[in-house]
Amino acid sequence: MSSTTETGTTETGNQSFGGVQARSEVALNPPRIAIKNLDFFYGDNRALKSIDFNIPERQVTGMIGPSGCGKSTLLRVLNRMYSLYPGQRATGEAMIDGMNIVGHDTDLNALRAKIGMVFQKPTPFPMTIYENIAFGIRLHEKLSRAQMDERIEWALSRAAIWDEVKDRLDASALGLSGGQQQRLCIARTIAVRPEVILFDEPTSALDPISTLKIEELIDELKRDFTIVIVTHNMQQAARCADQVAFFYLGELIEVAPAAQMFTAPKHAKTQEYITGRFG
Amino acid sequence: MPTEHIVRSYDEDLRKLRDMTARMGGLAERQVADATRALVRRDTELAAEVVQRDVQIDALEREIEAFCVKLLALRQPMAADLRVIIAAMKASNDLERIGDYAANGAKRSIVLASQTSIGSLNGFERMAHLVQENLKAAMDALVNNDAEAARRVWEADEPVDAIYNGIFRELLTFMMEDPRNITAATHMLFIAKNLERIGDHTTNIAERIYYAVRGDSLPDERPKADQSAFAVVRPAGE
Repeated sequence: MSSTTETGTTETGNQSFGGVQARSEVALNPPRIAIKNLDFFYGDNRALKSIDFNIPERQVTGMIGPSGCGKSTLLRVLNRMYSLYPGQRATGEAMIDGMNIVGHDTDLNALRAKIGMVFQKPTPFPMTIYENIAFGIRLHEKLSRAQMDERIEWALSRAAIWDEVKDRLDASALGLSGGQQQRLCIARTIAVRPEVILFDEPTSALDPISTLKIEELIDELKRDFTIVIVTHNMQQAARCADQVAFFYLGELIEVAPAAQMFTAPKHAKTQEYITGRFG
Repeated sequence: MPTEHIVRSYDEDLRKLRDMTARMGGLAERQVADATRALVRRDTELAAEVVQRDVQIDALEREIEAFCVKLLALRQPMAADLRVIIAAMKASNDLERIGDYAANGAKRSIVLASQTSIGSLNGFERMAHLVQENLKAAMDALVNNDAEAARRVWEADEPVDAIYNGIFRELLTFMMEDPRNITAATHMLFIAKNLERIGDHTTNIAERIYYAVRGDSLPDERPKADQSAFAVVRPAGE
């Protein structure tokens, strides 16, 4: 008898584990704000140390880190809030449309029309819902009553609160719930049609359902706006952000697409922080 | 990871998960060893024991899976913690399959004990020995969080494939020589294939451990030598 064995090409396709995640990372858009070698000082205290990274346009950048790490400071630098206080200064670059945000000759009104901010606690003005929105617009633009009505409806719709308030635009904004007030503040911010929206822990004072509504809204808004969000809630950063930056003691330790950051961060410090081993 | 969680019970949970997985691995190792011993010694009682013990592995798999689901829901794990939990969950599937293959081999060895023996079982013993060594090394890598040990396991499956190819050809030859060998040889082929599959599942486990420790994956292509899928036997005169 004769028996022969023939062989062909070896079979392929050994399933890899985790490699999928490495390949399917969200691609980051081109930078909207390019931060280079940025330092910030409270008097003599250097609160931000040589920060270098890009904030991609029409995506969400989450900034995380323990208290005092510099993340909120960076947010305040990005719309020059610090200029209100003596003894605070920034050096380096944070470029948006060819303009250095931290430059000496920056037009702050133009900058703040470009970069809006939403704060931790809802800050409605003690006026009507309508006036809350109109107030900010009047600082920047002169609109006819019809144009103003149209703009206010647009802003409230974009902030996903129009249906809840359209019948009571003349009522006081203080009568709204916390979640509604926060969405009203978001409407006020987007009413002046900024390009970038900064969120400083926008949901830390809200209940879980209102929180999810704001997160859904952020997801919606990123189609038109570049978004930066500072949050203490890691899961929130994971849910909302395309890119996540981790700060520690004034330094940017690591910046990466969110999926990578929360599955396989490169730095030991990041790993320790996001797994709840310090902070 | 050097430091401990701020919430200490989380560390205890992860330790418990590791222990459960190691226990399941130990059980699977023992099943493979006993199934092979039952085959070689024609010990039908031991084979029956192996078949019965499979339910313990199945139960452990369910227990590990439920525990992982609980951890995912309650701890919202991230980074290395997340990777360890996912790896344990997937490794438990692999161990469950390994248990099934061992039990299936044991069942077949009961049939084989009633048949005339053909050929030598040396190849089976060597293959089972290699597979068990790899499985043990994989479980050690898991316990020690050792990515390099996991990589070595992943690379060490090639000789298993080589022995399997040899057994495959040998058994084909026996069947061609005498059709009365076909019952025994077919069961033996399945047993050999089971061992080869156990080796593959062990490399899966090694990949999972490597990923859990390092956060990146081993390459898609693993060194392999199983060529039996392409084997063709031609009758005499062709």
